[in-house]
Amino acid sequence: MGILSIIFIVAGLFFLIVGAIGVIRLPDVFSRSHAVSLTDSLGAFLMLVGIALHEGLGINMLKILVVLALLYILNPAITHATVRAALRSGLKPWKKETS
Amino acid sequence: MKTFLFCVLVLLAILIAAYLYRVLRGPTIFDRVLGLNGISTKAIILLIVIGIYYERVDMFIDISTGYALLNLVGALAVAKYLEEKGIK
Repeated sequence: MGILSIIFIVAGLFFLIVGAIGVIRLPDVFSRSHAVSLTDSLGAFLMLVGIALHEGLGINMLKILVVLALLYILNPAITHATVRAALRSGLKPWKKETS
Repeated sequence: MKTFLFCVLVLLAILIAAYLYRVLRGPTIFDRVLGLNGISTKAIILLIVIGIYYERVDMFIDISTGYALLNLVGALAVAKYLEEKGIK
């Protein structure tokens, strides 16, 4: 396993951990959607690129890139549809209470 | 190398537990859908890393592709359904 793929995988894990902390800690669905969509997509991208580099050229690398393309198309689409549904159902975005 | 991959596997499992907390505790149904989306992303990565750990990545990558198609398209269908129905 090359040093480059280890660097990519560790960077991806960092972003995935940040996303998980955000999903637990953030206050409402609109802010949680950032943690699910943005950091998750970047973390999955970095981890799958690291794994593809570890595999080397070949059919396995092509399949991993196909999975990556699927994730990159579907993950933001799901988040967008969910958040639009939440907005249309009348949820108000969270605001900091000023006492 | 094996140890590093094993640590990655354990860490991904812990992250799935964090998302599962949001699925169980989510105040609205949209939180649960978002949590399921996150769990499916983690599970895809987990399957590929398992494949590398056991050196059978050519088999596990096919399972992972099927899982991605089923789960992500299913979550997209649920999200579109909620959007058209407009749950209060």
